[in-house]
Amino acid sequence: MPENTKIQLPTENCATCPAYTQLEQMGIKIDNFDRVIALAGNPNTGKSTLFNALTGLKQHTGNWPGKTVTRAEGGYQFNGVRYKIVDLPGTYSLLSASQDEEVARDFILFGQPDCTIVVTDATALERNLNLVMQVLEITDKVVVAVNLMDEARRKGLEVDTRSLARDLGVPAIPVTARTGEGISTLLQTVAGVVDGSILTTPRRVEGTPEFRRAVNELVPMIEQAVPGIPNARWLAIRLLDGDARVQKALTSGELPELMARQRRADVQFSRKMAVEGRQ
Amino acid sequence: MESTEILQKAETLRAGLSTGFRDEIVKSLYSEAENIARRAVKTASDKKYDFDQKVDRLVTSPVFGLPIMLALLAAIIWLTVSGANVVSEAIAAVLFWLGDQGIALFQALNLPWWVTGFVWDGVYRGLAWVVSVMLPPMAIFFPAFTILEDLGYLPRVAFNLDWLYRKSGAHGKQALTMAMGFGCNAAGVVSTRIIDSPRERLIAILTNNFVPCNGRFPTLIMLATVFVAAGFSGFTSSIIAAATVVGVVLIGVAFTLFMSWLLTKTVLKGEASAFTLELPPYRVPNIGRILYTSLIDRTLFVLWRAMQTAAPAGAVIWVLANIPFGDSNLARAIADWLNPFGLLLGLDGVILLAYIIAIPANEIVVPTMMMVYLGAGMMIDGPSTNEAIRSLLIDGHGWSMLTAVNLMLFALLHNPCATTIITIYQETKSYKWATLSVVITLGTAFLVTFLTATVARLLGWA
Repeated sequence: MPENTKIQLPTENCATCPAYTQLEQMGIKIDNFDRVIALAGNPNTGKSTLFNALTGLKQHTGNWPGKTVTRAEGGYQFNGVRYKIVDLPGTYSLLSASQDEEVARDFILFGQPDCTIVVTDATALERNLNLVMQVLEITDKVVVAVNLMDEARRKGLEVDTRSLARDLGVPAIPVTARTGEGISTLLQTVAGVVDGSILTTPRRVEGTPEFRRAVNELVPMIEQAVPGIPNARWLAIRLLDGDARVQKALTSGELPELMARQRRADVQFSRKMAVEGRQ
Repeated sequence: MESTEILQKAETLRAGLSTGFRDEIVKSLYSEAENIARRAVKTASDKKYDFDQKVDRLVTSPVFGLPIMLALLAAIIWLTVSGANVVSEAIAAVLFWLGDQGIALFQALNLPWWVTGFVWDGVYRGLAWVVSVMLPPMAIFFPAFTILEDLGYLPRVAFNLDWLYRKSGAHGKQALTMAMGFGCNAAGVVSTRIIDSPRERLIAILTNNFVPCNGRFPTLIMLATVFVAAGFSGFTSSIIAAATVVGVVLIGVAFTLFMSWLLTKTVLKGEASAFTLELPPYRVPNIGRILYTSLIDRTLFVLWRAMQTAAPAGAVIWVLANIPFGDSNLARAIADWLNPFGLLLGLDGVILLAYIIAIPANEIVVPTMMMVYLGAGMMIDGPSTNEAIRSLLIDGHGWSMLTAVNLMLFALLHNPCATTIITIYQETKSYKWATLSVVITLGTAFLVTFLTATVARLLGWA
């Protein structure tokens, strides 16, 4: 564990930071936003519930994995900063193939969010951490929301988020999205990660020296071939792994288009979509 | 820098790496996750089986799983049927009374007959029918279904049905997409994105329409109540009607499985793929949110969509019925022309005309049909009670039990509504599959109704 980890966790409900009162739900008013936040996580961990709590929207939620299959966008304002928040389908991994999971992966990789909140299930933390660590491989700007704390307590589980944050090198905030518990702290922390006042040092799997050398050789080549590509390191690792899809994406020249597509709001929230299930 | 050069470079570099480097990385990722989780999570209790597991043992048991599922489905449908019946009649009575007042008002104002007719007999009557037939069942079914969804029961359904789908060569998660289809087939088609095999996803898309959506439930409920359960009274009648609707739903599921199997054996050959399915913990449903989602978002929205198509459909029928054609009118002439084909299927020409006018939204088929009967000058007053509907159809227009049964089968099996067809095109990006989805369903509907009609006639039942 690197020693220079410096994470400041704001105190919940302290007198000087009346955080929740500064949250303004902005629904679908996302024309003028300052920052983009992505909501990622395993299926059925409560991303859409958190999304609704922040935006005031009524994104359809349901207790089964796979409810959200496209990305929905909404807005909230916190301490005077306007955020656009993107609710993504749940995914177990960034290597997966089904179409809903691809939507999530493409946005995390190429959407260049200012911060990614990885929502995890406190009652199944170990499995959830696999995705967290994959996200940490590709970006520094991560906050882990340990959701469903109420369920964990009911099951007699105690989650030490300080230990988690120390091990992961990014903030880990306990929340219960259903009741709103911990959301103010979460938003404070996200704001801190976005503006750089909270520094993160994500834990990464280093691999062998030859592997690191190979990655380091490929990264500048990819960056030169696709200017502005945000995750050359991840692409390099995938290429070394022989990922056919990534190879195809690179040779067919679809990467710039993929990056551009993430910046467009291809699915905005509307009541119609909520009803017909196309969140 | 050429991208092919990068690929070549990657090849060379990979060759220089030790062979197991991928496994090493994955392994270290997993063991890290395990260590971190172990340090962060403390288990205070040592309960061996918690409540969730006990419930799951029961609802996913090989013996009780399916019966419990059927019982839940039957209970929801019975609630819908018995509750909707009374309310529908009451709403219809009020709305048709209002319509009569409107006509009286227009006549008192000395407006031309065609203004009165177009507004009140055409547009208004269409709306009144749709509201009274659709609103009550949806307002009961949607909240009941959403409670099951919020509890976490749906994945258990998928678990129970998995073996059936596997045998048909389809994906076990297709059960989830079918459950979504109960609400709306377009939503069901979009939800197939959770299936990662393209072959099985296509099967799920093409067969989703065999699950009756909420637009078609009111049709089934009305026919089951008015015809099948007609000879019974009170409680028995609601049980018979609910059992009929459950039967129709099961026939739909059977067709889904059969068509999946047929597709697997023909155009979409392949093996069912393996998948993992997470059974989430049971959660207490949030009643406030359920009421909002199911009543405001779903019920009122779907009703609004139906009203938007019912108003122009009512207008079209009124106009058709008031254009003279020969010694009759155009609506009647078209219905007469379609009649031989309709009779072949155990239906009639008016029903087929109603289906054609209602293609934009299946949910308005029964109202459209009633309006064609009425609008074509075949009857003057809007029947508001079940008794009146039955006598209009049986005595006035030669309906029999065969007509009612075949109309239910036709409603279950026929082509998707326009919204669903467009969604299928958007999801598959292929005119071929969108067309096939129509051909398969319509072909099945024609074939099945033709067969039942022929058999019933040969046996002397109709």
